[in-house]
Amino acid sequence: MNEYRYDNQTVQGFILSSIFWGVVGILVGLLISMQLWAPALNFTPWLSYGRLRPVHTNGLALGLGVGAIFGLTYYVVMRLCRRPLVFPRLARAQLWIFNLAIAAAAVTLMMGKTQSLEYAELEWPLDIGVVVLWVMFAVNVFATIVKRREEQMYVSLWYVIATVVAVAILYLVNNAFIPAGLWKSYHAYAGLNSANVQWWYGHNAVGFIFTTPILAFFYYFLPKTTGLPIFSHRLSIVSFWSLVFAYLWTGAHHLVYTPLPDWIQTLAIVFTMFLIAPSWGSVVNGYYTVGADWSKMRSQYLTKFFVVGITFYGLQTVQGPTQALRVVSQLIHYTDWVPGHVHMGTMGWVTMTICGSIYYVIPRIYGTEIHSEKVANLHFWLVLVGQLIFSITMWITGIQQGAMWKVMNADGTLKYTFMDGLVRNYPYWHTRTLGGIIFTAGMVLFVYNVLKTIQKGKALQASQDPSPAPAAA
Amino acid sequence: MAGAIYRKPVSFALMATVAVLVGSVVTMAYPMLRPEMHPRLDSLKAFTALQLAGRDVYQREGCVNCHTQTVRPLRSEVVRYGDYSKAGEFYYDRPFLWGSKRTGPDLAREGGKRPDAWHYKHYANPQSIEKKSNMPKYAFLAEARLDPAEVASHMRALGLAAAPEELAALAQKTEMDALVAYTQWLGHAVQRKAGGGALDLAAVNPLGDSPHAIARGQKVFADNCTACHGDEGHGVPEVAPDLLDDSFLGEKPDMPDGAWFALIHDGSDAKGALGRKGMENGGMTAFGGQIPDDDIWAVISYLRAQMAHEKKEAPTMEKVEHKGQERKP
Repeated sequence: MNEYRYDNQTVQGFILSSIFWGVVGILVGLLISMQLWAPALNFTPWLSYGRLRPVHTNGLALGLGVGAIFGLTYYVVMRLCRRPLVFPRLARAQLWIFNLAIAAAAVTLMMGKTQSLEYAELEWPLDIGVVVLWVMFAVNVFATIVKRREEQMYVSLWYVIATVVAVAILYLVNNAFIPAGLWKSYHAYAGLNSANVQWWYGHNAVGFIFTTPILAFFYYFLPKTTGLPIFSHRLSIVSFWSLVFAYLWTGAHHLVYTPLPDWIQTLAIVFTMFLIAPSWGSVVNGYYTVGADWSKMRSQYLTKFFVVGITFYGLQTVQGPTQALRVVSQLIHYTDWVPGHVHMGTMGWVTMTICGSIYYVIPRIYGTEIHSEKVANLHFWLVLVGQLIFSITMWITGIQQGAMWKVMNADGTLKYTFMDGLVRNYPYWHTRTLGGIIFTAGMVLFVYNVLKTIQKGKALQASQDPSPAPAAA
Repeated sequence: MAGAIYRKPVSFALMATVAVLVGSVVTMAYPMLRPEMHPRLDSLKAFTALQLAGRDVYQREGCVNCHTQTVRPLRSEVVRYGDYSKAGEFYYDRPFLWGSKRTGPDLAREGGKRPDAWHYKHYANPQSIEKKSNMPKYAFLAEARLDPAEVASHMRALGLAAAPEELAALAQKTEMDALVAYTQWLGHAVQRKAGGGALDLAAVNPLGDSPHAIARGQKVFADNCTACHGDEGHGVPEVAPDLLDDSFLGEKPDMPDGAWFALIHDGSDAKGALGRKGMENGGMTAFGGQIPDDDIWAVISYLRAQMAHEKKEAPTMEKVEHKGQERKP
């Protein structure tokens, strides 16, 4: 039956690239976390905090995130369509361009070439590169889905399609620019519109890079890992459509109490509250799926990656809407609470789910088992503990900061200077770096485990069969 | 029938597109058509070439990662920074630089608050002014000359006017000059403080020379004033004057309490009323509303004690401490 072969080499190429950029992004993150309490570590202009922070965010969102999305999506799409990619060479070219683009992104950001739009910092020549990559991705994904050999499209494919469409729209609109040189441009929108378009993009880039594709992997790899079918198909349908519909209304919750017209802020807050429902639709679906046999948490080591991942997704999607409320926003907005929130999502949900998926995929490419479940378990506990230390520390200091900014004396004057508040952050920033180090140690184990598995797989292939790789699972 | 869509990828993709477009159109595209999204204050001035060059530096160095430029309409923020941000202040902002994190303070009202010299010193070495600041040093900006041709192309891209001589003059300027010019531009369209009102030359310091007031004043001075006026109040060259010598006090070495109070309370705004020339580009920060009136009086008590001490050349502060102890029950 398997007269065709899946293009596992491209999948693995994207996964390894994504891991590489992930390590770079995490190390840059560690450095900038230290710069916050040791300004002497801003060695040169190239390595100063203001330039490195976008390297950290882009390195992880585009390098780790999008790299893994490309690789894992191809893996999932091929299997759910029961056919190889329609354009395997296009995918291979995409892999090379991807790595060139991320390298160029890191260098230009360190040179200070930036649009100053969060998560859309890359200057216009690289924007064009990103668009080309996305078109290559979209062509392969759509062609493969259209020419699939399985009639029904599974939930994961819905999320993949939504991701491809939404990211294209978001990226093109927010990166519209007025050229002012080879590496300089100005936003096509001014003032309030610039802000409104940027956060419509900024929030939904999070939605369609850190949510929908990760849900696609969750819906695919959780049943694969546990052997348990998704609890409710109907719940998947309701969650999917309400999520993709409601997400795009919510960007302005990043602009609460700014000069943006109140009605846009309020509308965004209302839809943000509504988003709890579809988000928790997936959480409930995940829990009830594993609920059919909780012993899988013990017997199959990967289950906990997905269950803990979806748990942090659930916490994230309650905390986020809470922050959108005006009364909460006025206390925690602009404080360290917000990085605490973001890192629960990225370290707890996205990275956990991606790592779980990669642990599933890599051994199957070679028809073998993971190098060491023990190391994988240690990796799990280290990233969990590291992330919790990070997030909880930032929530505490965020509340303290917000409160110190607000406290007033009886006569209506301020109790604390800005520096009073800043100085009180230092111990928490130290602790955050500690959390980051623990998280990084976990990720190093992950990289080691994946590389060892590949090594083992290659040795196995060489010994078993001199002819090319076997048709995959 | 409802299930058919999950077998038709093209229809499915179209439906997903419609789903994501509805919210996008209502909250992002449609507002662009409304005049409320394009307001412009009459008092708002476009960037000069130097200011735009400074804004480019602000963007390049990623200042937006740690500093916001929007004051929220919250009581505590208005007291700390100045009037809340108005929609019409951002007409020329491409992109907006409101930011999302305040590792450092908001800068929307920074213009005119402090003299240029303060910013030069602070950008070059923030820790020389705030010992515990975590801001990186930007001394290298003072070494980098501007390229008039590049700035001219940026002005053209934004459709802003610049006279040839204005552009030519940029060749003599550094990136640091540009950044300081941009910093002073921030918030110019909105009057920072109501000003006036505090000037009552007949006012007398209600705290007098009480040792408690002097000790309190010393602490308030250390928290709020030493960054510019030095640890002892002897000033920092080109940043802020020596408060204790005759060149500051002028021909009236005995400035009345009311004048002292007005200068601290209203900052530079009080200088005009007092007939003092003050510095260009701001100068004295207005502390009215930021610190309690009683603390302003305490600072005056402290400064007068310092002056008396300098005249006598005796260890005043020691005496104050001893006196304070004696009076304690």
